[in-house]
Amino acid sequence: MKNYKAGIKRVITKMKEHKFLFEELVKRDFKQKYKRTALGMGWSVLNPLLTLLVMRLVFTRFFGRNMEHYTTYLFAGNLMFSYFKESTNGGMQSLMSNANIFTKINVPKYLFLFSKNISAVLNFALTLCVFFVFTALDQVPFRPSMFGIIYPIITLTMFNVGVGMILSAMFVFFRDTQYLYDVFTLLLMYMSAIFYNADAYTGWVQRIFLLNPVYCNIKYVRVVVLEGHLPSPAFHGLLLLYGSIALLTGGLIYKKCNQQFLYYV
Amino acid sequence: MAYAVRAENVSIRYMTGDFKDIGLKEYVMRRLTGHYYVKEFWADKDVSFRLEPGEMLGIIGSNGAGKSTLLKAVSGIMVPTEGWVDVRGKIAALLELASGFDGDLTVRENAYLRGALLGYTREFMNRKYDEIIAFAELEDFQERRFKQLSSGMKSRLAFSIACLVEPDILILDEVLSVGDGAFRKKSETKMKEILKSGVTGILVSHSIGQVRSMSDKILWLDKGKQICFSGDVEKTCDAYEEFLITKKTPQGPEGIERMAAEFQERKARERAEKEKTEQEKLLELLQTADRTAAERAAREFLSGSV
Repeated sequence: MKNYKAGIKRVITKMKEHKFLFEELVKRDFKQKYKRTALGMGWSVLNPLLTLLVMRLVFTRFFGRNMEHYTTYLFAGNLMFSYFKESTNGGMQSLMSNANIFTKINVPKYLFLFSKNISAVLNFALTLCVFFVFTALDQVPFRPSMFGIIYPIITLTMFNVGVGMILSAMFVFFRDTQYLYDVFTLLLMYMSAIFYNADAYTGWVQRIFLLNPVYCNIKYVRVVVLEGHLPSPAFHGLLLLYGSIALLTGGLIYKKCNQQFLYYV
Repeated sequence: MAYAVRAENVSIRYMTGDFKDIGLKEYVMRRLTGHYYVKEFWADKDVSFRLEPGEMLGIIGSNGAGKSTLLKAVSGIMVPTEGWVDVRGKIAALLELASGFDGDLTVRENAYLRGALLGYTREFMNRKYDEIIAFAELEDFQERRFKQLSSGMKSRLAFSIACLVEPDILILDEVLSVGDGAFRKKSETKMKEILKSGVTGILVSHSIGQVRSMSDKILWLDKGKQICFSGDVEKTCDAYEEFLITKKTPQGPEGIERMAAEFQERKARERAEKEKTEQEKLLELLQTADRTAAERAAREFLSGSV
């Protein structure tokens, strides 16, 4: 435990030391992503909206018939899932795309990943604003429980960073990680009950859904926005557990492989 | 005595073989079928040296001798597989300057990014930015995308940012000569200025003249093995130049001694050869040329001015 605390402290002092570098990396990633185009950020909001539109058109007949506020229900799923997808995909690239830097200069490697995540967070924040506009349009009554949305944002961010770390390390060692992960995210998308209702299944199938961390985070958002109350304490614990496990695993892999990355890039 | 850099029995192992670029699916398949091979390759083996503060170490060796790998271990980018390196003081490594820039960013943005990577503060960069651009002679290109620059311009910018470092220990890997003739002179002067200010330095260069004139100590590597580490720069460089001709590595200090002597002999022989040919030329002139030229040649020949 002491060791663990000391480790966190070291990371924080290092972060302070590298504040300038981190800011410059964030700026670079941001400019790289939007290529200074006028539509730039607009496009990344438009993208999930288009997905939403298609899903709304296609699935309402099948899944939305007995559901109130189906648009909000869909959007909540898309919002969280696209954040997960973007953040982890960006994270996966973070080591390889900066290989020519860390093989020449001694800098902490997680900075690259954190910086990639910042642009995903910004994107998410924008989409989140649009999400609230849509809930208003969808005539979902405003409830104080909506502020609870901050909790799954935190736990999903933890989860994303952790998974990003694991993926970026794997991507250094195995170059086909990218394609395998594409397949995986597609499968996960169908498993996350984005456009259908998982509650319609029997008890034990529902429990299987709970094994999916992304689904749990989506579920949380739906509960606080659509049902208007906070989930049970156990559910809070579950989200935190998923986030912590991912983060811890990622951190350990980085610590263990820190020196090995160099040989593979 | 206090040292600035000390390396003790440093060995660095690279893994080569199947594992690179095969991907996860293939990896699992080869593991299952037992066709998975990994080979070891020692880039450096039992290298030891010690530098006192203010000294300059020259590292020589042909391509693939393990020089750059050793520098990576010293600068902390790599951890040695065996042995250890201890560095006392702030270290700055200038390795292969021109890479690591981003083509889509402007010159100004890249300058700040590189400054950040080298560990400068934002205040420092704000203060020095104009100086950097002026030194790199890129005043008219500040808002230009980096990929639109010529490669000479790129390395000029890289050098101008890098030479602002104020470290205790400076590592230079083939960075002394960048850009065109005029800039090269400027950069060399600048580097020498830094080195004279009392930093401890490690220099890798293929220019043996540069190593001779700048180093206090010398480390000779060949295929990862340490041939010698010595303070006798002249003798070691002589032996190394002999090695470059004969491709035979010396054994122990006597071997180096012998090879240095051989190199001196060779040089003497070459000089004699050159003189001889000059003399022959004069003789020929004496025999075949017209009167006045022959007389002049005879006088020179007799006075022994050649």
